[in-house]
Amino acid sequence: MMTAEPLLSVRDLIVEFPTRRGTLRALDHVSFDIAKGEVLGMVGESGAGKSLTGAAIIGLLEPPGRIAGGEIRLRGERIDNLAPEKMRRIRGRRIGMVFQDPLTSLNPLYTVAQQLIETIRTHMDVSEKEARARAVALLDRVGIPAAARRIDDYPHHFSGGMRQRVVIALALAAEPELVIADEPTTALDVSVQAQIIDVLKEICAERGASVMLITHDMGVIAETADRVAVLYAGRVAEIGPVRDVIQAAEHPYTAGLMGAIPTLTQTAPRLTQIPGSMPRLNAIPQGCAFNPRCPHVFDRCRTQRPELIDRAGGRQVACWLYDPATQEVRHD
Amino acid sequence: MTDTPLLQVKGLTRYFDVSKPWLNRVLEREEKQFLTAAADVDFEIRRGETFALVGESGSGKSTIAKMIVGLLDPSRGQILFDGQEMRFEQGAAMRQLRRRFQMIFQDPFASLNPRWRVGAIIAEPIRTFGIASGADINREVGRLLEVVGLSSNDADKFPHEFSGGQRQRIAIARALSSKPEFIVCDEPTSALDVSVQAQILNLMRDLQDEFGLTYLLISHDLSVVRHMANRIGVLYLGRLVEEADAKRLFTDPQHPYTRMLLDAVPDLALSGRRRTPVTGEIPNPINPPPGCAFHPRCPSVMDVCKQKIPEPRRTATGCAACFLIAENE
Repeated sequence: MMTAEPLLSVRDLIVEFPTRRGTLRALDHVSFDIAKGEVLGMVGESGAGKSLTGAAIIGLLEPPGRIAGGEIRLRGERIDNLAPEKMRRIRGRRIGMVFQDPLTSLNPLYTVAQQLIETIRTHMDVSEKEARARAVALLDRVGIPAAARRIDDYPHHFSGGMRQRVVIALALAAEPELVIADEPTTALDVSVQAQIIDVLKEICAERGASVMLITHDMGVIAETADRVAVLYAGRVAEIGPVRDVIQAAEHPYTAGLMGAIPTLTQTAPRLTQIPGSMPRLNAIPQGCAFNPRCPHVFDRCRTQRPELIDRAGGRQVACWLYDPATQEVRHD
Repeated sequence: MTDTPLLQVKGLTRYFDVSKPWLNRVLEREEKQFLTAAADVDFEIRRGETFALVGESGSGKSTIAKMIVGLLDPSRGQILFDGQEMRFEQGAAMRQLRRRFQMIFQDPFASLNPRWRVGAIIAEPIRTFGIASGADINREVGRLLEVVGLSSNDADKFPHEFSGGQRQRIAIARALSSKPEFIVCDEPTSALDVSVQAQILNLMRDLQDEFGLTYLLISHDLSVVRHMANRIGVLYLGRLVEEADAKRLFTDPQHPYTRMLLDAVPDLALSGRRRTPVTGEIPNPINPPPGCAFHPRCPSVMDVCKQKIPEPRRTATGCAACFLIAENE
């Protein structure tokens, strides 16, 4: 059996920020793959490195942040060390972006039509007229009523949900292979969030585009993603199929996180509490970054950092509890 | 007299004048424009319970909270605290009443004065209301910090030395310092990460049990509300569309908007339930649709909904403002 080559492959990605008080490592050996047509969810709390991972992939790290190691491959071809000029051609054309705040990702001085047509014509060799026709079709597809008329409106004429639809249309205008959606629904109300998630999911499935969905909301991941990666302090704690990770989390951090989320069906009077909070970048503990907060911590966790360990069903967990050697010791 | 609800809100209404300046109105021949943030809202909160108001942005949740604590004057309507009407112009009597309720705000980065030490922030209500004096103040501050899970040594630090969750604990300690009976919590955890949110929600519950507090919880997050509240009011464009017992609201929602809202919450249980897709967005509150404000999005809209504003009607679980409810009976 030959395994298909992943669309995006990230290996041992390290992102560092040199500061006056020493170098801060914000992403530390992050590895994951995204298959063609797959939706990979990326969850974690603020400061875990979710957005940074997205920014590193499309080459939009804010200086002084820089990639200090590792590889990012798009269809096997390295994109982490490209010249800015070449990267610009990939951005938008092969990788589309949807950001959190639709108001800041649209230019308020241009109409939606101008922005869409510019994007389409930058990346594709089509006439103005054809680009416009495509733009109208796209807006119609993302669910904007009377698209042919509204295309000439400015961004401020649209509501928040409608603007995010426009941003999705922009991200998909050049038919990219991968869409990185960074908290696409965080600024929206729940009733609008559900609609935007549906549009994003459908339209990407239709075009065979893969999605990297960055969010802090486990519920959105549960509804949308095929696989999920849980980040903690710049490292991948657990990665695997959504159902497995949500219903039977293996990493103690994921398990704690799942217990901390109130749900509509639960009746427990108290939520599970993870003591403490995520460490700052200048104080990441030795060994496993989660060890001071972990209920199952043992000696090895305090000295040695766990690598991702392969588990059943294509899941990987970075925890010494699942190391065969540990298990032997524990059974004795 | 313990039967009187701790808080009664009757016909509470608030308009905001959003008109253009006078000259523009004259030149452009426009009328004055008003935004109705809350319209004829009625509810009661009993002692020791947690009443939650949920709704999407623009539904008037925060406006109602601000009117209750006196940060905004109502345009119309009454607020009664422990049977006494609250009028913010009356001085001494109001001050006495004022000590008994407090507020916790959404953003712990904006609600603490960055130039004050934590000790001074928490001591301010103690001094203002003359609850303690001299060395007792510091002792009380230390005790409060420990109650909310911080250390009494933290009193000498500044707010920037704390994380978001810790700051929210400080805000809670400040709210508790005047020994209130009633706390209005406006989105207390929406600026926090889930694991920190769990800590704060658990703390709020513990404090409620310990001090017999009554909460008004304002939130857009239905799961948080489900976890915390005894009774829930659902707001849509400034009107209370449904009010019910918390458990029943989730198992047996009556108003079509409540049903839609519940359907929109992402399902963490992965039950694979089919749900009715949500349609439309909240209309502009300056020119809300006539009749029932929800009618353009309602799946079971009737002619009467477009003409008349529905009155709240009794339901098996509480009350709901919808014409459908009468038809069922």
